[in-house]
Amino acid sequence: MSSFSIFDIAGSAMTAQSLRLNLVASNISNANSVSSSPEAVYKSRQPVFAAELKGVLNKQDAASKVKVLGVIENQAPPVMEYAPNHPMADKDGYIYKSNVNTVEEMANMMSASRSYQNNVEVLNTAKQLLLQTLKMGQ
Amino acid sequence: MAINFDQALGLHPQALAMREKRLELLATNLANADTPGYKARDLDFKSILKQNLSETVPMERTQAGHFAPQQLLESRVMYRNPNQISLDGNTVEANVEQTKYAENAVQYQASLQFVSNKFSGLMTALRGQ
Repeated sequence: MSSFSIFDIAGSAMTAQSLRLNLVASNISNANSVSSSPEAVYKSRQPVFAAELKGVLNKQDAASKVKVLGVIENQAPPVMEYAPNHPMADKDGYIYKSNVNTVEEMANMMSASRSYQNNVEVLNTAKQLLLQTLKMGQ
Repeated sequence: MAINFDQALGLHPQALAMREKRLELLATNLANADTPGYKARDLDFKSILKQNLSETVPMERTQAGHFAPQQLLESRVMYRNPNQISLDGNTVEANVEQTKYAENAVQYQASLQFVSNKFSGLMTALRGQ
């Protein structure tokens, strides 16, 4: 029965959103990490989502799952701070802080958690309807 | 034959199939709510019903390679016009999709109830008690 594909679709979205939530946790926990060079400092990580289009293109199946194409590092320059007394300071007296924007990450977290909840609701409704269909005629 | 299942059940089985397909499409829309460039899709019940009612002579499959009539549902999937467009090209509006999903779930249950009642009617007729 094709209704079971709703479980796959909503499941793929839940996987994608939980990856996003994981990256938010990683970004926020490393928001205050410092380094003595701009290359070694932690850079904010973001997931890239895409719709799985292979079924849609040949019109066999209109439904498409969510695919995580990969994780990219934000290439914005790290924040430089003059702190000559800091143990991690380089020879000019600068330390480098990560480019994580905490406010942005909090908003991302809310969005990911709401999207996850949406998909759980979709799953619950689909499950109830399927169970009722199995009981048809009784 | 006195009892013909197609006549006894009416259009409810087809309505149920369409509701099921729509449920899947709306689930896809909600799943891709954060996918850049994704366009929300939906089925229009009214236009499908109108087209089905106008087909007075049903298509017959004489070859195994012919498409079954149910597969035509895929070709009637349309893109939704969003109320607000977003910069990343995504046209899913979670609130719209959620209400449509809830609406469709109730309509699915209604169709299911109709089919179920038809079956219990047939059972009563068969038992003759």
